[in-house]
Amino acid sequence: MKPKHQRLGLAVAGLFAMVGSGLLAMTALKDQAAYFYAPADLKTASVKPGEAIRLGGMVVANSIKRDPDGVTIRFQVSDGKATTNVRFTGIVPDLFKENSGMVGEGSLSSDGTFVADNILAKHDERYMPPQLEGKMHKTETMAQ
Amino acid sequence: MHAYANPARFLKIARPLTPILGWGGAALVLIGVYAGLFMTPPDYLQGESVRILYIHVPAAWLGMGGWTGIAIASIIQLVWRHPLAGVSARAIAVPGALFTALCLVTGSIWGRPTWGTWWEWDGRMTSMLVLLFLYFGYIALANSSEEKGSVSRVTAIFGLVGAVNIPIINRSVVWWNSLHQGPSITLKGSSISSELLWPLGFTVMGFTLLFGAIVLMRMRAQLAEIRTEARMRRMASE
Repeated sequence: MKPKHQRLGLAVAGLFAMVGSGLLAMTALKDQAAYFYAPADLKTASVKPGEAIRLGGMVVANSIKRDPDGVTIRFQVSDGKATTNVRFTGIVPDLFKENSGMVGEGSLSSDGTFVADNILAKHDERYMPPQLEGKMHKTETMAQ
Repeated sequence: MHAYANPARFLKIARPLTPILGWGGAALVLIGVYAGLFMTPPDYLQGESVRILYIHVPAAWLGMGGWTGIAIASIIQLVWRHPLAGVSARAIAVPGALFTALCLVTGSIWGRPTWGTWWEWDGRMTSMLVLLFLYFGYIALANSSEEKGSVSRVTAIFGLVGAVNIPIINRSVVWWNSLHQGPSITLKGSSISSELLWPLGFTVMGFTLLFGAIVLMRMRAQLAEIRTEARMRRMASE
C-alpha cells in the first residue's frame, strides 16, 4: 500500500466519522435548536405557563380582533394541526397579516392563551410581482 | 492535476485568466445590479426591499462555496501533497470571509423591515455566523503557519473539519423551525417568479467570476512572495 493511498483512506474515514457525528449531533439537537414551537408542539411539549418561549405559525384568516384600548390585538395561530389563541399589546411589523406566517416571543398564560411580548413576521419562500398576487399566492399551510 | 504542480505553468494560465474573470464578472454584476434596481417589479409583500436579494444570495453562495473550496483544497493537500493546494486554500479564505460577512449584513438589513428584527438566533443565522467565525479561525491559523505561501497540516485539517458546517447551513431551514424562509430555488423549480428571478443569474455568475479573479490574484501574489523570498535568501548566501 502506497503512503498516498494510506492518507486517502485516512482522510475518507475521518470525513465519514465527522459527517456522521455531525448528523448525530444535529438530530439530537432537533427540538432544542428549533427556533419556535408550532401550536401542535405546544400540546406535546410540556411548556409551563410563564416559561419564556416562541410560538410560530400561520395567522388564521379573520381572526385578528382589536381590543377597545386600540393597541391590544387578539388572534389565532395555526399550524394546520392545532390552533392557539394569542394576545399582543404593541406594534406589529408591516408584513404581519392574516394568512401569513408569524413568530411571537412570550409565554403561555394559565388559560392557555399565548401572551406575546414581541411579534415578528415570517416571510415565506415565494417572491412575485404585485399583479400576480391572488393568482399564484394562496398560503394555506405553513411554508416549511 | 499534477501537471499544474509547477507554479510556472500555473502562472502562465492564471495571468491571462485573471483579467478575463475580473472584467467579465464586473460586467455581469453591473448588469445584474442595474436590472435588479431599475428593471424588475417590486415584490407583492416585501415591496422594494426584495432587491437586496440580488446581493444577498450570491454572497451566501460564495461564503458557503468558498469553504467548500477550502475543504477540497485541504483534502488535496493532505492526500496528494499538491504544492498549490495550500496556496489556493489560503487565497480563498479572505474573500470567503468577506462574502459571508456581506451575506450576514445584507440579511440583517432585509430582516429589519421584513421580519421586524435585525437579528434573531435561529438556525440559519446562527450557523452562518459560525461560518464567519470559522473563516476568522482559518485565517489566523493560516497566518501562523510556518510554511511559506502554503498552510500547515493542522490548518488543512481545520479546513476539512469546518466543512461539517456547510450541510448544516444548507439544511438548517428544513430540519428546524426557523425564522428564515425555506429554500426558494430547489430541484423542483423556483418559487421566485421569473420576472424577479432573472437578474439573480447575472449577479450570482458575476460575483462568482469576481471571486475567482480575487483568488487567482491572491495566489499569484503569494507565489511571487515565495519567489522573492527565495531569491533574497540566495543573494544573502552568495
